[in-house]
Amino acid sequence: MVGNKSYDVVIVGAGSVGAPAALSLAETGLRVLVIDQYPSVGQGSNKRAIGGLRATHSDPAKIRLCLRSLEIFSTWQERFGDKIEWRKGGYSFVAYRGEEERTLKELLVVQKNYGLNIDWLDAKALLGVIPDLNPESLIGGTFSPDDGHASPLLAIHAFYSRAKKLGAEFRFQERVTGYDIDGGQIRGVRTDKGAYAAAVVVNAAGPWGAEMAALAGIDVPVRPDSHEGAVTEAVARFLEPMVVDIRPVAGSANYYFYQHDTGQVIFCITPSPSIWGMDVRETSSFLPMVARRMVELIPRLKNLRVRRTWRGLYPMTPDGFPIVGWTRELKGYMLAVGMCGQGFMLGPGLGELLARMVLGTTDEKDRQTLSYLSPYREFKGQEKLK
Amino acid sequence: MYRIEQHPILPIPARKSISLTWKGGPLEALEGETLSAALFAAGIRVFGHHAKDGAAQGIFCANGQCAQCLVLADGIPVKSCMELVRPGMRVEPVEGLPELPSVDAAVAGTAKPRPVETLHVPVLVIGGGPAGLSAGIELGKRGIETLIIDDKHRLGGKLVLQTHRFFGSIEAVYAGTRGIDIATRLEHEVRAFPHVRVWLQSAALAVYSDKTVGVLVEGRRYVLVKPDVLLTTAGAREKNLAFPGNTLPGVYGAGAFQTLVNRDLVKPTGRLFIVGGGNVGLIAGYHALQAGISVVGLVEILAECGGYKVHRDKLARLGVPIYTSHTVLSANGTDAVGSVTIARVDARFKPVAGTERSFDCDTVLIAVGLDPVNEFHEKAREFGLPSFAAGDAEEIAEASAAIFSGKIRGLEVARALGHDVGEISPDWYRTADILKSHPGKTTPEQTPADAAGVFPVIHCHQEIPCDPCTGVCPNDLIEMDETDIRLLPSFVGEKSGKGCTGCEKCVAICPGLAITLVDYRKDADFPTVAIPFEFLKDTLKAGDTVTVEDTLGNALGRVEVGAVKAIKANDRTVIVKVRAPREYANKIAGIRVQPAEVGEPLGRYVERTAEDTVICRCERVTAGDIRKLIREGVRDINEIKSVTRASMGSCGAKTCTPLIHRLFREEGVPESEIVDQPKRPLFLEVSLGVFAGLGQEEDGHGRE
Repeated sequence: MVGNKSYDVVIVGAGSVGAPAALSLAETGLRVLVIDQYPSVGQGSNKRAIGGLRATHSDPAKIRLCLRSLEIFSTWQERFGDKIEWRKGGYSFVAYRGEEERTLKELLVVQKNYGLNIDWLDAKALLGVIPDLNPESLIGGTFSPDDGHASPLLAIHAFYSRAKKLGAEFRFQERVTGYDIDGGQIRGVRTDKGAYAAAVVVNAAGPWGAEMAALAGIDVPVRPDSHEGAVTEAVARFLEPMVVDIRPVAGSANYYFYQHDTGQVIFCITPSPSIWGMDVRETSSFLPMVARRMVELIPRLKNLRVRRTWRGLYPMTPDGFPIVGWTRELKGYMLAVGMCGQGFMLGPGLGELLARMVLGTTDEKDRQTLSYLSPYREFKGQEKLK
Repeated sequence: MYRIEQHPILPIPARKSISLTWKGGPLEALEGETLSAALFAAGIRVFGHHAKDGAAQGIFCANGQCAQCLVLADGIPVKSCMELVRPGMRVEPVEGLPELPSVDAAVAGTAKPRPVETLHVPVLVIGGGPAGLSAGIELGKRGIETLIIDDKHRLGGKLVLQTHRFFGSIEAVYAGTRGIDIATRLEHEVRAFPHVRVWLQSAALAVYSDKTVGVLVEGRRYVLVKPDVLLTTAGAREKNLAFPGNTLPGVYGAGAFQTLVNRDLVKPTGRLFIVGGGNVGLIAGYHALQAGISVVGLVEILAECGGYKVHRDKLARLGVPIYTSHTVLSANGTDAVGSVTIARVDARFKPVAGTERSFDCDTVLIAVGLDPVNEFHEKAREFGLPSFAAGDAEEIAEASAAIFSGKIRGLEVARALGHDVGEISPDWYRTADILKSHPGKTTPEQTPADAAGVFPVIHCHQEIPCDPCTGVCPNDLIEMDETDIRLLPSFVGEKSGKGCTGCEKCVAICPGLAITLVDYRKDADFPTVAIPFEFLKDTLKAGDTVTVEDTLGNALGRVEVGAVKAIKANDRTVIVKVRAPREYANKIAGIRVQPAEVGEPLGRYVERTAEDTVICRCERVTAGDIRKLIREGVRDINEIKSVTRASMGSCGAKTCTPLIHRLFREEGVPESEIVDQPKRPLFLEVSLGVFAGLGQEEDGHGRE
């Protein structure tokens, strides 16, 4: 097929970042093409996300982007009518030991400084929010009532449908094989099925982000590790917030779960040490490992039946923060990769920022946000609450 | 109330009565039965209502595969078709989303989880039905450590539901013996091998990428089994059909029906209608009649029934109207089936307006084919675990074929483990192919003109793999080309000067009930015709007048019953002797049992709108929801899943996936454009407590 249709922007990846970015760009009237290797929207990592949405991070960049995302998610249904199963259930990080209490309380100071609605609840107050928590040794925990959750599947489909309505084009089952580059400026994208001209190309390829950048000769420090997740049967509501337990134990770091709008509980665990690579096949170790911890934390969960499990990729960066910005090596080539497992919650806010970058309408706050996420930062620190 | 008190084939065991409660009121049950059996026996067929649209829920698969039959037992949601009754059990319907049972956090928090057990075995066999047991026997003979797991309470798989005599070859697969008895034989044989272990009530949940198989043992213990070789003999699941009213309680698979009737010994219906004229539908109709249930009719969309002609003919002779080139339009009712509407179809299988008819019935059986339960085999192969499949899990065919393919696969598994099993005879593979073969050509019937002496008349005119009749004649007078048991048998009048003695052995053994014996010796004008009959002996007695019919079920006349003979040697096949005029005595093939008025249609047909057609019964997604997306250009079932939730339910997309493909076909989308959703574990829902190693003993649930 001879392509060479021309666009203002080509986005590589129709996932948690690419789809809302396409929407934001289409809203400005730009001609946008999104290319994805999978047969439909969100089939890479988006559909594997469990759906948590929070702004209660520890750095201004993610806080700002996620606050905007939360606005978009929480008002979507009333603005556009699509059900995305948003629920303002809040987030709670629980503490059963002094170590976690200290870590969380230190962070709380930072988070409150950024104006986030988050507080420390003592054991009794926390049990008021999560009555089924194991009270034994419970110290307390944070609670941020404005956070929540939504369906990644429905949300991305809503963004995709609206983007298409506004003129964005999507090409699925198409693999990017290279770029047209002329004098240090990107001119277009080549795929296994065609070629598309554009002066701006956004790499939103998630776990494939480094591979896509390498096609342009650009080295991006993103490499995926994998986490397994699962969903249960639906039961009557018994749990509101996302519960996060950050205690490390042998074999795993943190794990988290919440009760989705449908009544199903969705959960996920971070293996320790990390399992690097692209393998997303199910393992036998996941369910016993996570079930033991969940049932200990909320004994009532023992009668809840697991329906399905899967494994997803977290495109990690050396410091745990996303990599967003124009590349210096190649003019017109933008990176929006390395979301470290938070692409779903960052996506809509980030999509708008990417649109402002393309249009050149970024403001001072945007520039500050971008300085935190710069591809050319030193990657020295370490995100505290991954 | 709705129990089968006597049955021509099945023994009715004496069981202790125990008391439960249903919605707070008393519910009598029998010890050892499932909850669904107890509920059906009490006439309760609605087990709850769906959270999404309030649709009534009840039995669908009766096989532990779906979750339509969920009830609350002492507060815990359980599949009523798998859960056994316990005295004092409080049973409640599931209305909307069930409440997660609360526990005393302080007490439960102190429970000590056991580490997950792991077990290495050379061979793991998933499924203890005809194929799995046959494979187990071959492995046992060679002293190979084998673990057979089965999710049911006894071995035998679907054999335990088969009251009829089996087709196939006497030599290879016990043909002529009833399925229920083959199950017992295979079980005894396999149990005799010390190296073969059997875990009952144990279900495979998943095959993982680390080449282990997650097994749920007795509903409460999770074991990770690491086999060197996996053999999947998990049988088949029934295909469903999309039509308005297709998810009403009372619409379910023929296999589910056989489970309720022949395993649970309940009478789930008074008036039954069957959709599908394959062997499964035809046999279900026969089993229904044996259980004293009226069979109002059977529709088959093709011009001929796909099942064995002998099964079709037998059902027609008993008085069941068979409507070929007809389809089901709707099942009608709100919380239960009140009637079914059918119509004739044109050459493109579209219903012809003006041909609609409705029939009063309370149950509609769907028998439109089977799909292999092959997900374990497929996952194992994907993950590089040496894996084999046999029986229906490999290829849908008769149980006789499953027995034989299990034998072969057993040897192949042994060989894969490095055992010298020698050359597996090419004859075995040929026999396996023969047993799997579909019905072949039909030869026009030629009624013998003889009117003297005694001789059998063989009403079997279609080539099927079956040979029991050739093995029983004391004078070896029924012959078949030895090279191929699919060919038709024929009676050779005499051999070495010896003719038919009138012993009736051929009459009794024929699985198709397709051999009669005509005896002119006493009265040349009114010969005696011996007819096989698998109903209660008391149904007929000497002196009764019955309607006799030709092979196809056309009435020949009314004749008097001379004698009813039930002898032990005939293994529950009763032989009814009638005296009939010589004009048609040779044509008689059977006796009508069901009166014609049972099959009368209603005065006018009942119409139901198409919006009610449900594709994903777990998540209540309609055909319209999915069709809309297909018309918008969606080709990825993952996208349909994301938007509609179709295939996200508890059955694991087992039921709706083929139906979604069918919708694509109806919309003119070629199969090559469709992208399927991946199959992921778990294949059954299991509680977190089990994975945590808590079992369920702590609070008394799950105990037998």
